[in-house]
Amino acid sequence: MPEKPKVTFYWCASCGGCEESVVDLAENILDVVAAVDIVMWPVAMDFKKKDVEAMEDKSILVSMINGAIRTSEQEEMAKLMRRKSQLVIAYGSCAHLGGIPGLANQFQREEILQYIFEESPSTVNPQKTRPERKVMTNGNAVTLPNFFNVVRALDQVIDVDYYLPGCPPTPKLLKQALDALLSGNLPEKGTVLAPDIALCDECPKKDTKPSDLKFTEFKRPHLVQIDSATCLLAQGIVCMGPATRGGCEGVCISGNMPCTGCFGPTSRVKDQGAKILSALASQVEAKDEKGIDATLATIPDPVGTFYRYGLPISLLRRKNF
Amino acid sequence: MHNYEQKEAVRIGFYICHCGHNIASIVDVKAVAEYVKSLPGVVVSCEYKYMCSDPGQELIQKDIHEHSLNRIIVASCSPLLHEHTFRTAVEKGGLNPYYFQMVNIREDVSWVHTDAKAATEKSKDLARAAVQRVFHHKALETKHVKIHPDVLIVGGGIAGIHAALTLANSGKKVFLVERQPTIGGHMAMFDKTFPTLDCAACILTPKMSQVKNHPNITLWTYSEVTKVDGYVGNYKITIKRKPRYINEELCVGCMDCIEKCVYKEGKTPDEFNVGLSKRKPVYIPFPQATPQIVLIDPEACIEFKSGRCKKTCVEACDRKAIDFNQKEEMKEIEVGTIILATGYHTFDAKRVPFYGYGKYPNVYTSLEVERLVNASGPTGGELILRDGRHPKTVGIIHCVGSRDKNTNRWCSRTCCMYSLKLAHLLKEHTEAEVYNFYIDIRAAGKSYEEFYDKLLDENVHFIRGRVAEVSDWAVRSSEEGKLIIRAEDTMIGIVRRIPVDMVVLAVGMEPQSDSQDVRRLFNISCSTEGFFLERHPKLAPVDTFTDGIFIAGACQGPKDIPDSVAQAGAAAAQALTLIDTGEIELEPNTAFVVQDDCSGCRTCLTICPYNAISRDEAKQKAFINEALCKGCGTCVAACPSGAIKQNLFEDEMIFSEINGLLENTPVVCC
Ligand SMILES: Cc1cc2nc3c(=O)[nH]c(=O)nc-3n(C[C@H](O)[C@H](O)[C@H](O)COP(=O)(O)OP(=O)(O)OC[C@H]3O[C@@H](n4cnc5c(N)ncnc54)[C@H](O)[C@@H]3O)c2cc1C
Ligand code: SF4
Ligand code: SF4
Ligand code: SF4
Ligand code: SF4
Repeated sequence: MPEKPKVTFYWCASCGGCEESVVDLAENILDVVAAVDIVMWPVAMDFKKKDVEAMEDKSILVSMINGAIRTSEQEEMAKLMRRKSQLVIAYGSCAHLGGIPGLANQFQREEILQYIFEESPSTVNPQKTRPERKVMTNGNAVTLPNFFNVVRALDQVIDVDYYLPGCPPTPKLLKQALDALLSGNLPEKGTVLAPDIALCDECPKKDTKPSDLKFTEFKRPHLVQIDSATCLLAQGIVCMGPATRGGCEGVCISGNMPCTGCFGPTSRVKDQGAKILSALASQVEAKDEKGIDATLATIPDPVGTFYRYGLPISLLRRKNF
Repeated sequence: MHNYEQKEAVRIGFYICHCGHNIASIVDVKAVAEYVKSLPGVVVSCEYKYMCSDPGQELIQKDIHEHSLNRIIVASCSPLLHEHTFRTAVEKGGLNPYYFQMVNIREDVSWVHTDAKAATEKSKDLARAAVQRVFHHKALETKHVKIHPDVLIVGGGIAGIHAALTLANSGKKVFLVERQPTIGGHMAMFDKTFPTLDCAACILTPKMSQVKNHPNITLWTYSEVTKVDGYVGNYKITIKRKPRYINEELCVGCMDCIEKCVYKEGKTPDEFNVGLSKRKPVYIPFPQATPQIVLIDPEACIEFKSGRCKKTCVEACDRKAIDFNQKEEMKEIEVGTIILATGYHTFDAKRVPFYGYGKYPNVYTSLEVERLVNASGPTGGELILRDGRHPKTVGIIHCVGSRDKNTNRWCSRTCCMYSLKLAHLLKEHTEAEVYNFYIDIRAAGKSYEEFYDKLLDENVHFIRGRVAEVSDWAVRSSEEGKLIIRAEDTMIGIVRRIPVDMVVLAVGMEPQSDSQDVRRLFNISCSTEGFFLERHPKLAPVDTFTDGIFIAGACQGPKDIPDSVAQAGAAAAQALTLIDTGEIELEPNTAFVVQDDCSGCRTCLTICPYNAISRDEAKQKAFINEALCKGCGTCVAACPSGAIKQNLFEDEMIFSEINGLLENTPVVCC
């Protein structure tokens, strides 16, 4: 029997949802397991770093890495997987765009540590103790990885072949990607493995989106009774759909929640947040500065709204590590 | 996705111009040329004294052949000045003109910097940006659109009339749309015109009837444009013809119906006489109205109000022209060019209450006086005041609603002169003493100053000073029963009180009250005051920013009849130029929606200032009419999924330009 292609799943700065999504393949996972040899999957199997190190370079067909790069350990592992794999897929929004962890790029490393270890409401730390990078216990040195100043998307650290978007990617897209990989039927390097058209195209509420939205205020989803038959933007709720790559089949929209942009922009757009901003801003009803300010003031967290997943790769990104 | 048609290696020719000393005195052009030579893709890089000269252009053409260049960059002046020159040169050299890129190192560099070293470095940066940009340039096709030879003229005042006749006489078909029941505009209301004092009717009415009878002119009065679609050369216009309740084909203007109307006397204020007389429900604005067709005012007519009129008018009309069931009618026409000549509106004198208009019956506006002194006016030219007296003293107040920061800042340009004219006419009609209160006399026109001199000889009094107030508050017995004009006489430095029988307010000229609606309808701009904006105040005074639409007369700004006629002639000439060229070139910098990429989100649909974007309902995608697109880029920026691209400004071009510009700039970190 010929050797089965080797596959790894690895996680970096992520919530674990991407791991779940692999399990969400449900019965399809059996086909996957039958077709491939999983040689590393920390969340589910007991392989060690040294096992991978022992493998020959490029002996793994594909590594699916989820999560952003926040620490030196994540960087080291990503580089190792890259060396050992023929293909690397950035799996999910954090690896693809930087993701929710990337919102931390609004703050400096020191601000974050200070808040977490000293100021957060649930912290009781009168000595202001901070974790040490290196501690000796029983004569053994225990080390912690370095906490970088900046959160990066995977391709800001290693070369990435494909991207599987989503927070998390849908089972359908994962299945399609695996089929493509196993059949060798691969698109151009660098492709995001989802349709290259914005979500409105496949949105079930599309027909009810008016041409002129005439925003007077933006409403937050938990404060209004959402009409399930009508486009969310038409109801004054910020929906990132027009600026977000489709392919999710409108799962959030169908659940009456606005698109928050997790699939990232289309291939033609450099900055998803800037794009939705210019689209929405051009439809604000008020034309005088005061009126415009009043309308925009109804968005309490603009960065978290428009750059929820994409801050590290946006034009606003920070460069110093 | 767009493929680059051109896959062959990029071979760039770079030329930097000295512009005499304009550029070379600040920028080290040799150093820039030397530097550019080292950049990837550059095959030729040299400097030359005047790139726009014939030898300069020939140099480019020669190099295209000798070195098989396929991209050309010229670093010189503003593209506004010579982009066309160089594109043409490149095209003559056998290359698509859009492989050309211009770098402005004169207006943007040498003219604004004094530090030669920094200016040279900046020129290098700009050159590098262009070098990186041209890699992404594509061959583009210049589109041509045909110009429909018919012309629409909106407004039948003297400007519209003159433009219509000029075009019609040169064989073009003209549609003249006037919203009043007659053409003639303000000029038709005047008795005489300054400075020659020729009778307005004598010079105007022949032109009005020429318009009516011209085989090339379709005259639609009592009509308004309601919709404008299309673009230069191909406008589709919808016109609403309001019902006159008179069959225009049948009415011969005998006016028997007016005479036989159940109303023996008019009861409705007569618009043409600015309310100084009354008219009947069936009426004609004035005897020489053109067309000579009566109309019925449904607001005043008993038949319309109660349906129980004896309809003596119908009996009187032996041509059976009266039709109470007439409905408004919509006309659709196609034209290639449009001239707007919608004129002006006089300042509402009630806005300066201290001059007493509306309060004291003997305070008149100048327009009312035009009618009062007119032989065909409400009093047959006899100057009878509202209280029945004949005035022995008259005060004319200049600049009412002009040159005043509380009302309008601008000088209305005609009121000094028409005030002189009215002073003369008042004296002629009444032998009254006439006082003119002025700030400055603006008589800057051919024979205007001479007219002013003539008035001085006629013993008209001139008092220099802005009038503070008009009142009937007499403090001396000589003031009893008079209107007292209180003004500072700045010549002698005292405040004077002049008692008069009649006050004339020289009201200024304002934009039509609906000028903003008209502007939007025709997609042109207004200046801050609300007059239609010309493309260039000196060099394109009758063009607008919308191709194929021209402006003439007082709708562009206050002006007198000679200037209105001159502009009308100019607008007609501009329209003729377009028509006779037959077609025009469209700059290919238009935007287009890549259909496969459009999600149908509708963001772009309403934001185009030129209404170029529509939605294909079947495909559920946006679509740009390239003939309407002006390449402003608004939609390109707004499309949230990057489905709109713009020729000459594709993302690759702009970003490579930015990258090229910043390449040598150290990144400053926070
Ligand atoms: C009191 C007074 C006296 C003057 N005396 C003189 C003088 O002696 N000599 C001199 O040279 N100048 C004089 N002028 C200036 C003169 O009136 C103007 O220069 C001239 O009338 C401008 O002509 P016009 O065709 O541009 O505008 P108008 O005469 O205002 O004509 C515009 C026409 O367009 C029509 N119109 C407007 N909007 C629309 C629309 N949306 N659709 C269809 N039709 C529309 C109007 O009904 C009108 O018929 C005087 C001005 C005033 C106020
Ligand atoms: S804006 Fe959101 S809700 Fe509206 S059509 Fe687009 S994806 Fe659907
Ligand atoms: S033309 Fe004379 S009266 Fe009219 S606004 Fe100008 S200065 Fe005043
Ligand atoms: S580029 Fe400007 S003019 Fe052209 S379609 Fe877009 S918005 Fe309209
Ligand atoms: S904004 Fe873009 S995606 Fe939306 S309808 Fe217009 S072209 Fe299509």
